Amino acid sequence: MDVLDLARLQFASTTLFHYIFVPLTIGLSLLVAIIQTQYVITGDETYKKMAKFWGKLFLINFAMGVVTGIVQEFQFGMGWSEYSRFVGDIFGAPLAIEALMAFFVESTFIGLWIFGWDKLPKKVHLFSIWMVALGTTISSLWILIANSWMQNPVGYEIINGRAQMTDFGAVITNPNIFRQFPHVVSAAFITGGFFLVAISAYRLLRPSQEIEKVMFSRSLKTGLIFSLASVIFVIGTGHLSGQFMVEKQPMKLAAAEGLWESEAPAGMSFFQIGDENERTSIVNIQIPSLLSFLTFDNFEGLVPGINDLNSFYQEQYADVYGPDADYVPPMIWMVYWSFRAMVGFGMLMALLALVGIFFWWRGTLVNKRWFLLILPLTVVLPFIANATGWMLTELGRQPWIVQGLMRTEEGLSPNLTAVDLGISLIGFTLVYGILAIADFYLLWKFATVGTGGDPILPLPKSQPDDLKLESAY
Amino acid sequence: MSIDLNTIWFILIAVLFTGFFFLEGFDFGVGILLPFVAKDDQERRIVINTIGPHWDGNEVWLLTAGGAIFAAFPNWYATLFSGFYLALFVILIAMILRGVAFEFRSKDDNPTWRKTWDWALFIGSFLPALLWGVAFGNIVRGVPIDETMTFTGNFFTLLNPYSLLGGVVTLTLFILHGGLFLSMKVDGVILDRVKAAVTRIWIPVVAVVLLFVGYSFVETTLFENFTIVQGIGLVLAVVALLTAGWMIRQQKFGTAFIGTGVTIIGVVMFLFGGLFPRVMPSSLGSEFDLTIYNASSSPYTLQVMTIVALIFVPLVLLYQGWSYWVFRKRVTSESHLEY
Repeated sequence: MDVLDLARLQFASTTLFHYIFVPLTIGLSLLVAIIQTQYVITGDETYKKMAKFWGKLFLINFAMGVVTGIVQEFQFGMGWSEYSRFVGDIFGAPLAIEALMAFFVESTFIGLWIFGWDKLPKKVHLFSIWMVALGTTISSLWILIANSWMQNPVGYEIINGRAQMTDFGAVITNPNIFRQFPHVVSAAFITGGFFLVAISAYRLLRPSQEIEKVMFSRSLKTGLIFSLASVIFVIGTGHLSGQFMVEKQPMKLAAAEGLWESEAPAGMSFFQIGDENERTSIVNIQIPSLLSFLTFDNFEGLVPGINDLNSFYQEQYADVYGPDADYVPPMIWMVYWSFRAMVGFGMLMALLALVGIFFWWRGTLVNKRWFLLILPLTVVLPFIANATGWMLTELGRQPWIVQGLMRTEEGLSPNLTAVDLGISLIGFTLVYGILAIADFYLLWKFATVGTGGDPILPLPKSQPDDLKLESAY
Repeated sequence: MSIDLNTIWFILIAVLFTGFFFLEGFDFGVGILLPFVAKDDQERRIVINTIGPHWDGNEVWLLTAGGAIFAAFPNWYATLFSGFYLALFVILIAMILRGVAFEFRSKDDNPTWRKTWDWALFIGSFLPALLWGVAFGNIVRGVPIDETMTFTGNFFTLLNPYSLLGGVVTLTLFILHGGLFLSMKVDGVILDRVKAAVTRIWIPVVAVVLLFVGYSFVETTLFENFTIVQGIGLVLAVVALLTAGWMIRQQKFGTAFIGTGVTIIGVVMFLFGGLFPRVMPSSLGSEFDLTIYNASSSPYTLQVMTIVALIFVPLVLLYQGWSYWVFRKRVTSESHLEY
C-alpha cells in the first residue's frame, strides 16, 4: 500500500469508528430527554429510573464519541493538508461554527446533567439534557453542511487555485443538505430507538422485579414508536437523495446500482457479480424499469451507466487531468453492496417496528417470546446501515475528494511518509480496539443488570493501595 | 493603525488558546497531581470529581481553536498539523485515553481496572501538558517550511532543547495551576497534601519560566520587534507568577490561582505578540514565513466568521461561567460522586 492508500484507510477507519458512537449519542440524548420530560411532568419515579438507566448507557457511549471526535477536528490538516488549503475558505467555517455552536453546548450541559441531579432545580436539570440533545443535532447539521459541500460544491469561486466562498447563504442552504440532514438524523433516531428496543426486550425475557417489567415495557414501546416514525422519514429522504444523486453525482448512483452501461428504461439490480477489470457484469438479476421509476418517477427515464459517464468525464476534464484519467470509483462492489446492506437493513427495521407496533396494538407484545428473542439481535442493524450508508456516500464520490473540483490524490499531505502513517494507523487501531472492548464490556454490564440508579460503590477502605506500594500485584 | 479582520482572528485564536491553557491547564494539572495527592480510591475519586463537570467543556476550547485556525487561516492549519503529524498523533492518543478514563474509571470496582484508568488519566494529562508547550516552542522558534508552505523536517526536528524547555514550562505551570485549583475544591488530608505540593513546586516554576524567557532572547526572534503587547504580557506573566508565590506563602491559595491564571494569559500574549503578524515563521528564510495574510481565508469568510464569533463566544462564556458557579462548592467524601 502506498501513502495515499494508508491515508485513506486511516481516515475511513477512524471516521467509521467515530460514527459508531455518534448516531447513538444523537438518538439516545433525545430519548433520555423525552423520558425525563415524562418524569418531570408526571412526577412518576419510574420515569426517573428509566432516565437514569438509559442515561448511564448514554454516557458510556457519549465518552467514546467525544474522544474519537477529537481526532476528526485535526485529521483533515494532518493527512490532507492540500485538501485543507484548497477548501479551507469554505470547509473550515462550518467546522469552527460546529465547535462554537454545538460542542460547547454539549460538553457544558452534559457536565451539568451528570452532576446536577441533586444540585439543580428539576426543570433546569431537564433543560440541560434537552440542550445536550439539541447540541448533538446542531453538531450534525454543521458537519453535514461541510460534507454536502464535498458532494455538491456551491457558493464558491476558484481563485488562485483554491475555492473561495462567495455566498455563505448558498453554502448553508446547499440542496444536498435538505436531503442528507433529515436522512442522517432520522437514521440516528432509529439507532437510539432500536437500542431501547433491543435491550428492553432482553430485559423482559429475564426474570425481573415488577419495577423492571414496567420500566422495560415502557422503554420497548417508546423505542418502537420512535423507530417507526424515524424509519418512515429515513426511507422518504433516502429516496429523495437518490433522485438528487442522479443529477449531481450520477457516477455514484451508477456505482451503487452496478449499472455499467446506460439504460432506458433502467432495471433495478438486486444481485450482481461484476468484473471490475472488464467493467461489465457477469451475473445480474434485475427488476425491469424499477430504477428508472425510482429515479425519475416514470418507467422510461435514461439512467447513465458507469462506462458512458467515464468517457463523458474524460472529455470534460481532459485539459486538467489528461485524456486518460479514470473517473470510476475503485471497489464498485463495495459501493454496490453497501447500498444494498443499507437499504435492506433499513427495510428490515421498518418491518420489525411495524410488527412490534401491531403486537402492541393487539396487546400481546410483552408475551410474544419469539419476537422478544429476535429483538436483542437487531441492535446491530442500525449500526450496519449507518456505516454502509457512509461507505456508499464517500466511496461513491471517489475518485473525487470534492466532486468535480479536486481528486483525492491531490488532497494528500505531501510531507507524510508511509512510516508516519504506518505508526499512526497501528496506534489508532490498537487504542481503538482496546477502547471498543472496554466500552462494550461496560455497556453490557449496565444494560443487562440493575436499573441504573445504583450508586457506584467505593472500594473498601481497608485496602491501602498507594500506587508506589503496589508492585506486589 | 486600524485593525483588520486578519488581526482580529489572530487575536481571537490567541484568546481561544488562552482559554484552553487556562481551563484545561488546571485540569491537566489535577490529572498529573492525582497519584501524588490522593492515596486511596475514595480520595482519588474526590480529586477526579473536582474537574468532573468541567473537563469536557474545557477541552472544547482546543477543538474550537483548531476549527478557528482551519476557518480563518487554512494554510496555518494545513502546515501545522501535517508538519507536526506524529507529535499531534501522540497528543491525540493521550487525550483520547484521558477522556474515556473519566467516564470509565469508577464504573467497575475491579482495582486493576481502576488503577489502569488512573494511569491513563495521569499519562493522558502529562503528555499533552508537555507537548503543547513543545509545539508552541517550535512554532515561535521556527521550523523548516519551504516555498510551497510544506514542512520539510521530521519528528526529530521538533525535539530541540528550546522547545523541550517550552514543554517543561507548560508542564510545571499547569501542575502549579492545577494544584491551586484543587486547593479551592478539596478538604482535609488531600488539601494538606495539595498545599505541600504547591509550596514545593512554585520556586522551580519561576526558575523554569525565567530560563525560558532568557532562552527565547537567544534562540528566537521574539524580541526583535518587541511590541507593547509583548511587554505587557511579559511583565504580567512574571509579576503574576511571583505574586502567586507570595500568596502561596501567605496561604492565600485562591488568590494564587488567579496569579497562575494571569501568568498563562501573559505567556500567551508574549508568544503570540512576538509572532505577530506571522503565524509560523520558517527557519529556511523569512520569505517563507506563514503570516496572517498569506495563510488566511478570504475577507468574505473572515467577515462571516466574525459575525458568528461575536454572537456565540459571549454566550459560551456565559453558560460555562454559570456551570462553574453551580459546582463552586468543595468536593468531599460526603459529596455525591459521579465519577
